[in-house]
Amino acid sequence: MIDQDHGRFRSIIKGRIKKELQKYVSHGEMLVRKGKDKVAIQMPSIDIPRFRFSSGETIGQGPGDVGEELGPAQAGEKAQEHELSLPELAALLGEELALPAIEPRGKKTIQSHADRYTSVAHQGPASLRHLRRTFRETLRRQSAQGESPIFIPIKKDMRYRSWKTETLYENAAVIIYIMDVSGSMGDAQKEIVRTEAFWIDTWLRSQYKGLETRYIVHDADAREVDEETFFRTKESGGTLISSAYKLCEKIIHDHYSPNEWNIYPFHFSDGDNWSRDDTKISIEILEKSILPQVNQFCYGQVDSPHGTGEFHKDLLGHFGDKNTSLSMSRIRDKEDIYQSIKDFLGKGK
Amino acid sequence: MHWSISMHDDVREAQIKIEAYAKKCGLDFFDTIFEMVSTDQMTAFAAFDGFPVRYPHWQFGMRYDQMMKKTEWGAHKIYEMVIQNDPSYAYLLSANSLVDQKMVIAHVYAHVDFFKNNMWFSKTERKMLDKMANHAVKIRAFMDELGQDRVEGFIDHVLALESLIDPALPFVEKKHVLDDVAKKVPVKLKVPHGYMDDFMNPPEYMHEQAERIQQEEERAKSLLKTPQSDERDILLFLMQYAPLEAWQKEVIDIIRNESYYFLPQRQTKIMNEGWASYWHASMMTGGILGDSEIIDFADRHAGAMRLDPGNLNPYKIGLELFRDIEERWNMGKHGVKYHACENMLEKSIWNTNDNAGRKKIFEVRTTCNDASFIDQYMTEEFVEKLQLYMYRDKKIVSKDFSNIKDVLLRQLTNCGEPVLYVRDANFKNRHELLLWHSFENTALDKAWAEKTMASLSVLWQRGVHVETQQDGSRMLWSYRDGVFSEEKIVL
Repeated sequence: MIDQDHGRFRSIIKGRIKKELQKYVSHGEMLVRKGKDKVAIQMPSIDIPRFRFSSGETIGQGPGDVGEELGPAQAGEKAQEHELSLPELAALLGEELALPAIEPRGKKTIQSHADRYTSVAHQGPASLRHLRRTFRETLRRQSAQGESPIFIPIKKDMRYRSWKTETLYENAAVIIYIMDVSGSMGDAQKEIVRTEAFWIDTWLRSQYKGLETRYIVHDADAREVDEETFFRTKESGGTLISSAYKLCEKIIHDHYSPNEWNIYPFHFSDGDNWSRDDTKISIEILEKSILPQVNQFCYGQVDSPHGTGEFHKDLLGHFGDKNTSLSMSRIRDKEDIYQSIKDFLGKGK
Repeated sequence: MHWSISMHDDVREAQIKIEAYAKKCGLDFFDTIFEMVSTDQMTAFAAFDGFPVRYPHWQFGMRYDQMMKKTEWGAHKIYEMVIQNDPSYAYLLSANSLVDQKMVIAHVYAHVDFFKNNMWFSKTERKMLDKMANHAVKIRAFMDELGQDRVEGFIDHVLALESLIDPALPFVEKKHVLDDVAKKVPVKLKVPHGYMDDFMNPPEYMHEQAERIQQEEERAKSLLKTPQSDERDILLFLMQYAPLEAWQKEVIDIIRNESYYFLPQRQTKIMNEGWASYWHASMMTGGILGDSEIIDFADRHAGAMRLDPGNLNPYKIGLELFRDIEERWNMGKHGVKYHACENMLEKSIWNTNDNAGRKKIFEVRTTCNDASFIDQYMTEEFVEKLQLYMYRDKKIVSKDFSNIKDVLLRQLTNCGEPVLYVRDANFKNRHELLLWHSFENTALDKAWAEKTMASLSVLWQRGVHVETQQDGSRMLWSYRDGVFSEEKIVL
């Protein structure tokens, strides 16, 4: 009974979140990560209204003198916190942004076998005795024989839990995040990248089992780092985008055969590249080596006051906006994140 | 004596012992059936106010969600849960220790005694378990027929008004209803012989007379204001006069019924918990517990009596006030003579050895509700002893007795909710509804009022208004066609 009411309540909450999703997407701080696969969302309480007094004096109890402040553990908190699992959140995102389900490339790649105890057998170890089924057999047999209602199972009645082997098909995917950490990328830009990365992760994780993530930071030089370093690193100095693309190419070559993996590189930069020559090299690597191997290459340009924003124009000039393997998006501020996610994930690739 | 099969032998043994002991103490209760439940089940029952079945509604799910979270954090444990019914049902947490079970069982018997004997419960439905189940069946049937969203949405609006009932109504013999006025009939002249009837009472004349009576009645009705006097049972008024469908009236009836059922519990929270705590403490230390269990009990009892800054613990304040009354009546520290005494030393050692304390607290449990309990028995010494204070915006502003008593009484009057009446159902001659807020010191919260009025206007299907006071001026709040507005009432 309560499960139904709880389900109704949860769907009301989800409806509210969906309605306000754009706000939650743009303001990553409104979501708090809870453990590995949950987020907590703050939202106004959905209590049923009633006539009530505006707050005034109230009576309390305990030690304390006039003028003393009471602790923060006060009643009357307005916001409620609701937990949502990442798959639930991804489903909301998918519905609201009308994201198409991803068509994985190629054949179903990774296969695994799992044993599940869903079957019943006549033989087995005593520890797997299925008492209910055993007694049901006894009941059946003895009632058929018209025997007394004292049920004594015999060997023939015994039932045991048993397993079936199921083959699981999985589509493996990898996200390679690339970020420009040169001096011109500020904290505000990084915050945008972090928020985007969260939503991209959430969506792709709902589409693929066993998603891997790799992180590359670059200025004039590129290196692979872990997630934490990725969002924290701040370098000064210049930018050579080709360095990052070379590393990306190498990682794909060494670890992720396109036949087995769905590959998603995401590159975030303020669009500043040091030299036209390097831009030329970058485009070449992208065209010759990266684009043919990946599902989609996403370039997100996070506008910063220090950057020239040239790279977006260069890419657009070379590839046009019809290239199916390349998605580009300009993110001027937090409010653009919503649209940008739609740009990146809207192709269903 | 009752127990469920799931009850462990040692708990059953304790229950038998405690039941006998409680009777010896003078407690008088309905048969009480104990059920052993898991924490999850307890939480589910708690979300339903203890009942196993309620009508389907998301608010129960929300309460369950909130309680589950608190339980997960370990900040919250529901120890006891009683359904006020004849027979009464109580749940015991199967994971609890035997000491806990004993404490809860004793506590429960005192609750049931209170339910059976307190006069504010005297008109309360005794077979509510069945009624609740019937309500659920009815509303489920409406949902099957009309769709869950539609019915649940309507329930939302009714719940916004659920506390707008008349607490005095159950105690009034018969409600004056408009339609009760005897109908006038045309008067016939007495006829000596049947055949003369047509001559002495010509049909044309009779017809004319009947028509005139009808016209007069209609005129009287149109002049009559609805309601004739301010009506506090707003849900009843809506059932009678709002242009609603039959199923909608039935939904209001169900929620109104449940609201009346829960009202005495809301009116006696402090007394009820105080009385139950008084008796569990008294019984536990009076022979129910073994020596080895006393420490555990003291710990658990202290937990229930815990003080949260800024919150009033009804268990604590109720228990202490019952004890205070018992002591004062044992020692004769009450009455004109005691209060007239101005010698503080004499007063402090005052003891007439009346030993009338027990008798007095039984009398109090029969006659009082929280408001009269505090009003009649809370003394200045008591306020000081219990360290009560008045606070505003998280800051203690006063420890003065009369201030504290005033605010506390205001908090308890009408369960701390504003009192509103229907004043006019044809306001401004537009069939709009005017409610009147009986203002006493505290203003209404405008934002909440607006949302509540939105629900009211859905039920009334026309504009609705509330007359209230704010910052010293009389205000008229209006909600019409989805728009809220306010204006000062100038006389």
